[in-house]
Amino acid sequence: MRDVAIIGSGVTKFGELWEKSLADLVAEAGISAIMDAGIDGTDIDAMYIGGMSAGRFVGQEHLGALAAEVSGLSELHIPSTRVEAACASGGLALHSGYLAVASGMYDTVIVGGAEKMTDVAGKEATNILASAADREWEAFFGATFPGLYALLARYHMHKYGTTPEQLAAVAVKNHHNGSMNPKAQYRREITIEDVLNSTMVADPLHLLDCSPITDGAASAVITSVEKAKEYTDEIIKIKASAQASDSISLAGRSRFDALPATIEAAKRAYKQAGIEPSDIDFAEVHDCFTIAEIMAIEDLGFFKKGEGGKAAEEGLTALDGEIPINTSGGLKSKGHPVGATGIAQIHELLLQLRGKADKRQIEKAEIGLAHNVGGSGGTAVIHILEAI
Amino acid sequence: MGIARYWREIPQRYNLIGTKCGSCGRVYFPPKAICPVCRRKSIGKMEEYKLKGTGTVETYTIIYTPPPHFEGEEPYAIALIKMDEGCYLMGEIVDCDFEDIHIGMKVEACFRRIEEDGTRGAIQYGYKFKKAE
Repeated sequence: MRDVAIIGSGVTKFGELWEKSLADLVAEAGISAIMDAGIDGTDIDAMYIGGMSAGRFVGQEHLGALAAEVSGLSELHIPSTRVEAACASGGLALHSGYLAVASGMYDTVIVGGAEKMTDVAGKEATNILASAADREWEAFFGATFPGLYALLARYHMHKYGTTPEQLAAVAVKNHHNGSMNPKAQYRREITIEDVLNSTMVADPLHLLDCSPITDGAASAVITSVEKAKEYTDEIIKIKASAQASDSISLAGRSRFDALPATIEAAKRAYKQAGIEPSDIDFAEVHDCFTIAEIMAIEDLGFFKKGEGGKAAEEGLTALDGEIPINTSGGLKSKGHPVGATGIAQIHELLLQLRGKADKRQIEKAEIGLAHNVGGSGGTAVIHILEAI
Repeated sequence: MGIARYWREIPQRYNLIGTKCGSCGRVYFPPKAICPVCRRKSIGKMEEYKLKGTGTVETYTIIYTPPPHFEGEEPYAIALIKMDEGCYLMGEIVDCDFEDIHIGMKVEACFRRIEEDGTRGAIQYGYKFKKAE
């Protein structure tokens, strides 16, 4: 296996983009990543694109061929593959591309993710998202996606004393960070009271504990570290690329205070990178719901189990905190176009590692981690990047 | 949910039929073809097993924003139940004030209507849970 680097990335604006189609978004993100990397289409050997459910959101499958065509690569006939792991589809596209480059099969690969979610009504979008859970044994009986995370939130609160205010602190912090991100869907600050007074979706989760429904796409270009030197002096190495699975249903597991897939993927990632959680300077974690960020910062080893809520409340995860989490605004404020999220996290890591995150730039950004989850933890994908 | 898709799971949804691993004795619901703990050793040894239907609330939520097939039912309670046999089931808690629902509450399965396919379509039934007597 050889070392792999990321040499460019790009994201579209995230939001309700009624004027743009899925194809428009894929093209825009792909072209911006290619431009950022300074490569030409003939340099690209393969493409991997993550998408959760284009088939149900816009009635379009066969995303691989579509992405190749709109990115101007169809005449080159490169292999183009769509990968799917619900909300972890983007992270899994990068993992797939990473394996292809690390193995030596391909030199330079473009990876991406996209979701066009607002062409259907909100209720239909929620129903489509429920397909990330177990349709037969969870959704059939009335469980919704926010409902599954609400079950985990209630359990965490009962076991560790996590409070609604601590959950809200995650949303407040992420909106603060997102207010400085021009690509974010929601660029306004919110307060703890705003969260606690927002509509209850699935008790104890309020509307402002939940990430929104979003259109958007993201893309990145990866190549071997050797070859990366031909394109740039600023090498961002993929120190680790790890994936883990778990039962798709919550009922198929035996612990509910954590996502075991995150714990396992993290173990593999730290081992591959040869580092400890304390070596990570900052991270983008999968905050599809506020409780998800609290569990993530525990499962990733940044804080002891049960102390994630306190960490959020005390500002330890703020931009100037011990370990800044979701400097981009996270899924909560930046938006969560499910297939694109895993790659958009990587884009934020690149901005921070290159010192180009503008107002939200953190002081020490040498090693960053991205954590992408599918469903209620049936899939977890973790990447660790380092500027070398 | 389509008729055939509903029909083929009637034994589980009506009678809580799961499986028991003939190697380690663990009970699973819904039925599994293979035990995730014993794996190879369990092949051909997974036996049908009817759950007693009693268990304890492990965690719960009250849903205010329902999926399309539960529209008009909100708010309603969904819980993860630890069955006495050791496996977990997800289901609605009925016949109970929300204030009375708590982690550790003893419940028993009951047979109820889950959804209707319009006014003339099939009515789909399954298990829900109520406070144990």
